[in-house]
Amino acid sequence: MKVSFSVNSGAAEVDGHAMERLLDVLRERLGLTGTKEGCGEGECGACTVLMDGEPVLSCLVPLLQCEGRRIETVEGIAEGPAREFLERFVATGGVQCGACTPGIVVTAWALLERNPAPSREEAREALAGNLCRCTGYEGILRAICAEPES
Amino acid sequence: MIALQPRSLDEVLQSLEDDPALVPTAGCTDLMVRGPEALHEMDRVIDLLGVPELRGIQEVAGGLEIGATTSFSEIRRSAAVRAAFPALVAAASLVGGWQIQNRATLGGNMANASPAGDSLPVLLALDAVVVAAGARGLREIPYAGFHTGYRKTALRPGEIVARVRLPYLPEGSVQAFRKVGTREAQAISKVVVALAGRVAEGRIAELRLAAGSVAATPVRLRAAEEAVRGLSPGPAAADLAGRAAAREVTPIDDVRSTADYRRFALERVVRRLVLGMA
Repeated sequence: MKVSFSVNSGAAEVDGHAMERLLDVLRERLGLTGTKEGCGEGECGACTVLMDGEPVLSCLVPLLQCEGRRIETVEGIAEGPAREFLERFVATGGVQCGACTPGIVVTAWALLERNPAPSREEAREALAGNLCRCTGYEGILRAICAEPES
Repeated sequence: MIALQPRSLDEVLQSLEDDPALVPTAGCTDLMVRGPEALHEMDRVIDLLGVPELRGIQEVAGGLEIGATTSFSEIRRSAAVRAAFPALVAAASLVGGWQIQNRATLGGNMANASPAGDSLPVLLALDAVVVAAGARGLREIPYAGFHTGYRKTALRPGEIVARVRLPYLPEGSVQAFRKVGTREAQAISKVVVALAGRVAEGRIAELRLAAGSVAATPVRLRAAEEAVRGLSPGPAAADLAGRAAAREVTPIDDVRSTADYRRFALERVVRRLVLGMA
């Protein structure tokens, strides 16, 4: 089936199987490889993208349900007003191996758009669906909460 | 491949009558984990997300009705649900993480009929009524009779969950929810328990207890309820309820836990929730 939707600042028209994962559409058909596959089972959050502004797991979204939607990936967020946050994220050591980073950036940015000064507790709850096995989350939380260096 | 995206409930019901092999889909969070190969073999789906009659929360006489494709995020945000059914909000907050809650739906949790579905014991404890829609019209199914076996429901071929009705609890009622998983968030339950009840004149006057992940379906803990009805709420009643609950369930060993642990955890959780009524 043919499905049209917007991706970052552009438009996409994809002819594929209705149940094809948005994750595969982004990476393999549209070349947007910033979105990572972690578990592929909705457990890790690595493939998080925004759909009409809401964070969703692209491994669990079928192409069928993308018609007319607005998809934002980590590439789109990196080009937009998230610059300052991303620089902070690097400076605090929020990135180590990098596998979880795109998903964490997308989820964190969705939180910051709704709540520019979240508490640690709010940040932790927002990230409940994003696994990071390197950083212990400390650098990530400091970047999201814009805490000064200790 | 047939992939229908109807825009009205009538269209849905007509399509399902013409082709009962269509698989109804909503948030797809349970469906998509079957993996790409299985998904590519699916050749008939009907997407319910574009059907306005199936979505949203409405006040009706004596309760609230929640549309089948209402997401857990919408349930968490609803002032009406927060005021009347905090146990459902608590369950919605622990279904996966933010991303899952944005997509997963209450009706999907019900129709997928996993014994581990987090919202399902809450619906049992709240004595919900399912409004099912089929080609012959709407039909009400008491939720206590909805789950008929492992991943089986009382829905007939061509029927879908349209909405679920939650009757308001009498003044002075309490509700509680507790999930035990590998970690706080984004984990499938090892044991999940919900309670709704009321203490009057120092006695447990009403009590509905329900649990998930301890039998082939979500179950009411009727022996535990019976064991303590009429007793004064406190440690003795809580012990009785916990022990009765552990005896009446039929958990299994699987990848997430063992039958022994589930029985043990259920006893503790039921005890704690009943103690909370005091």
